[in-house]
Amino acid sequence: MKDVARTLADIVGEQYVSNKPEEVYFYARDPGLMPAHKPDYVVVPKTTEEIQKIVRLANNEKIPIVPMGAGMALTGLVIPLKGGIVIDMKKMNRILEVNEKARYVIVEGGTSHGLLKAYLEKNYPRLRHSIPDSPATATIAANVMIHGQGRLTQQYGFNSDMVAGLEVVIPSGDICKIGSCSLSLDWFSKGAPLPDLSGLFLGWFGATGIITKVALKLYPRKKMRDVDIFVTDRDDLVPDIIYEITHTEMVEDINIFAQPLPMIFKDNHHITIFMTGDTDEELEFKRKMVWDALDGFIKSKDGGFMSVSTAMKQTLLDMPQRSVSRFADVKKGGGFEYSGPIILVERYPECCRKLVELATQYDLAYSAMARIIGRGHCMMFGFSFTFNRADHDMMERARKALHEVSEYALAVGGVFWKPTVEEQKMAIEVMDPTTRNLMKMIKQNLDPNGIMNPGNWGVT
Amino acid sequence: MKYEEIVHRCFRCGYCKLAGDYSDFNCPSYRKFRFETYAPGGRMWLIRAWLTEEIKDSEHFKEILFSCATCANCVQQCVFVFSEDLVNIFIAAREEMVNKGMIPPVVRDYLKNIYIYGNPYKEPVHERGKWADGTPLEAYDGQEYFFYIGCVGSYDERGRKVAKAVANLLVKCGVSFGILGAREICDGNEVRALGETGLFQFLAEQNIALFKEFGIKKIITLDPHALNVFKQNYPGLGGAFEIYHYSQVLAPLMQSSKIPLTEYQSRITYHDPCYLGRHNGEYEAPRRILESIPGVELIEMDQNRENAFCCGGGGGNFFTDILGGGEDSPNRIRVRQALDTRAQIIAVACPQCAKMLDDAVKGEGLEDTVEVLDVAEIVTRALA
Repeated sequence: MKDVARTLADIVGEQYVSNKPEEVYFYARDPGLMPAHKPDYVVVPKTTEEIQKIVRLANNEKIPIVPMGAGMALTGLVIPLKGGIVIDMKKMNRILEVNEKARYVIVEGGTSHGLLKAYLEKNYPRLRHSIPDSPATATIAANVMIHGQGRLTQQYGFNSDMVAGLEVVIPSGDICKIGSCSLSLDWFSKGAPLPDLSGLFLGWFGATGIITKVALKLYPRKKMRDVDIFVTDRDDLVPDIIYEITHTEMVEDINIFAQPLPMIFKDNHHITIFMTGDTDEELEFKRKMVWDALDGFIKSKDGGFMSVSTAMKQTLLDMPQRSVSRFADVKKGGGFEYSGPIILVERYPECCRKLVELATQYDLAYSAMARIIGRGHCMMFGFSFTFNRADHDMMERARKALHEVSEYALAVGGVFWKPTVEEQKMAIEVMDPTTRNLMKMIKQNLDPNGIMNPGNWGVT
Repeated sequence: MKYEEIVHRCFRCGYCKLAGDYSDFNCPSYRKFRFETYAPGGRMWLIRAWLTEEIKDSEHFKEILFSCATCANCVQQCVFVFSEDLVNIFIAAREEMVNKGMIPPVVRDYLKNIYIYGNPYKEPVHERGKWADGTPLEAYDGQEYFFYIGCVGSYDERGRKVAKAVANLLVKCGVSFGILGAREICDGNEVRALGETGLFQFLAEQNIALFKEFGIKKIITLDPHALNVFKQNYPGLGGAFEIYHYSQVLAPLMQSSKIPLTEYQSRITYHDPCYLGRHNGEYEAPRRILESIPGVELIEMDQNRENAFCCGGGGGNFFTDILGGGEDSPNRIRVRQALDTRAQIIAVACPQCAKMLDDAVKGEGLEDTVEVLDVAEIVTRALA
C-alpha cells in the first residue's frame, strides 16, 4: 500500500494525497444517516490526465475508487463502502466553453452550480441553467449523475435531460466521449441522432465511470422573476391544481411544501409557482393565466393565493434556496435527510399522509417538499426528517422512518431517487429481470474488476 | 470546550467556504490545501470528532486548526444561526490545544516571543518606538488621540514605513495625537486568535491599565487587528475606549480638502483587510480616502467588501506562515485577483496585508507590474 501512496503522490502531487486520520475520518461519511466507511486514500486531482492515471492504477491494483463532488446527496453515495481511493473532484472546476447562440456550456467535472451561476450572470446575463436547491457547492457532474432536479425541471425535465455531452474516464482509464462531441467539435446533444450512450453513466453514481467534462444546455434568462403561492388545505385537490397550472405552460417551476410549523402553515399545502418575464406585461399576462386557471378552486373556497412578504419572496427567489439547508438545524442538531422518490403527482395526498403518520410514529420533525417534473409527468416527493446529530436515538428513529418510506414508496409505484445502497438493493429485487440482467451486463463489461464505487448498483 | 454544544450542528453544506455570489471558494485555508478538512465545515466536524476522541491529537490536526486565518468569510456566508460563533469556535478549539500544550512549534515560538520579549520579533522593548525616529511625533500627553502602532508597525521594516506614512499624514491633517513609543504593549489580537487566553488577558489588562494611567480616551490604530481587539474584546475586560482605525479619522479630513493634493494618475484596486471589513464593518473609509485623490481610478476586484478574499495573514498566520508557500497561498491568489483588474497599485489599509501582498507580488514575479501601497502611502505621493 505504501507504493500506492507514492504513486498517487507522483500523479497529483504530494500535498494532494492523504491517508491521514483527519481526511480519512471526514471522507468516510456524508451529512446524512448512512454508516461511515473509511477510505484508504483521498486525492485531489486537477486534470483529466491525472484521473486517467489514478483509474489505471486502481484497475491494475484492483483498488476501489469513489468520485466525489460536494457529497450532498445525503444518501451515502460517496461513502467508500469498500474503502479505496476517494477522488475529490472540486479542483477540476474550470468553465471551458460557452456557446452562446447554441446555448450550451462545457464545464469540468468538479464545477459547482454556484460557480456556473456566478459566471453566467457576469458574462452571459441572457443565459441560465437549471439550478438545484442543494447547496451552491453541489457539482454539476454529480447532480446530473444522480438525475437531480432544478429550477427549470418543470419545463425541461430532470437536470440530466439537459446534458448535451459527456467526457468520461472509464475503468480502463480511457477517455470516452458521449454524444455529438464523439465525432464533432460541437457539444449540442448527448445522444440523438446517435444511440444515446449517456445512460451508461448517468444514474450510475460513478459505478461505470468518472465524468470529467459535462456539456449542459442553457436556457433564456428572463429579466424578471416572481413567485406566487397558492394555498389549499385539501391535499386531495393538489394533483388537480397542478394539472391546471401545468396546462397553462406559463410557469418556470412548481414546488409544493407542507410543514407543521409555524402553526399557520399546519395542514396547508403551499404550491409555490415561479414565473419569469422580460417585461411587466409578460409577467402579468402569465400571472393572469395562472390565476384564471385556478379560479374555480378560489370560487369554491378550496384555496387561494396568499400574500407573500418581501422577505419570504427573497427567500423563495434565492437560487439555490439557502433556506433549504437551514432545515438541518430545526432541532438544533445539524442534520436532515430525506427520501425523495420520483412518483406520480396523483400520489401527493397519500404521500403527505404517510409522512405525517411516520413523523408522529417516530416523533420526528418533518417537512414535505415536492418538485413537479415536466408538465406534471411526475414529481419528486421529499419525505424529509430533521435530526439532532448529538441524539443517537433520534438518528435511529429517523433511519427507521426513512426505511419505512422506502418500503412505502416502492409499494405505491414510486422509484427511488439517489437511492441508498439498501434502496438500490430493494429496487434491483423488484426490477424486471431482463432489465436487471442488462444492468449486470453493462456493469460487468465496463468494470470487470469492480473498482468503480463498488457496492453501488451491485447487480448480482 | 467552549461552544461544545454547537459543534455538532454543522450540516457541512459548504456555503461557508464560498464567496457570497458563489463565484469562487473564498476560504483561504481551503484554497491552499483543497481537502474539505481545511474548510470551516471540515474543521467543525473534526473538532467534534476530536472531542469525542474519534480522532486523536496529531501534527496534522494542529495544522488544520491553526491554518484558519480567522478571516470570518465563513461567518459571513454560513446559513445557520450560529454563524456568528464560527471563528470563536475555532479559537476555542485552539485554546484547548494550547492548554494541553499541543500546538505547532511555530505557534509556540510566536507565543513565547510575545511572552518573553513583548513582541514576536525578539526585539528589545526599548526599540519599540524606534520607528518614529526622525519624525516630529510627540509622546502622548493628553492629546485628543493616542496613536497605537502595534508590533508589525513598530518592528517590521514594511510595517514601519506604513506607520510613518500614517503618522505624517495625521500630523499634516492637524490631528492632535501622541504615541507611547517604548511603553507601548502588544495588543494581543493574534495571541487571542491563537488560543493563548491567559497571555491575552495579561496583555489586555496591562494595556488597559496603561491607557487609564495616561488618561487615554480615544485611540487611533494603525493596524485593523489592534482595532479589532480593542473594540471587540477589551470592553469585556474593563477597557472601554473610543477606537478608530486611522482611515476613519483621515477620511472626513481628506474629503473636506483639509490638505492640498496634486493629481496622481493611477489605477488602483483596494484590498479589504478582514479585521477592518468583515470583523468591524468598515469598508468605505479607505475607499473614500482614495477617491479624494485627484486622478485616482478606483477599480474593484470581483471579491470585495464582505466577499473580499483574505491575504492569509490573519489569525496569526502572518507570523506562523502555515498558509504560505506556493502558488496556492492566499496572498498570491489575492494578487492574481488584483491583477485581473489591471490595477497598477494594490491599496491596503493594514501593515500585515501590505507585507503579505508585497511578498506575493515578488512570488508571482510581478514587481514591475503592480505595487502594494498602504492608503496613507498613496496619499503621501499625492501631497502637493
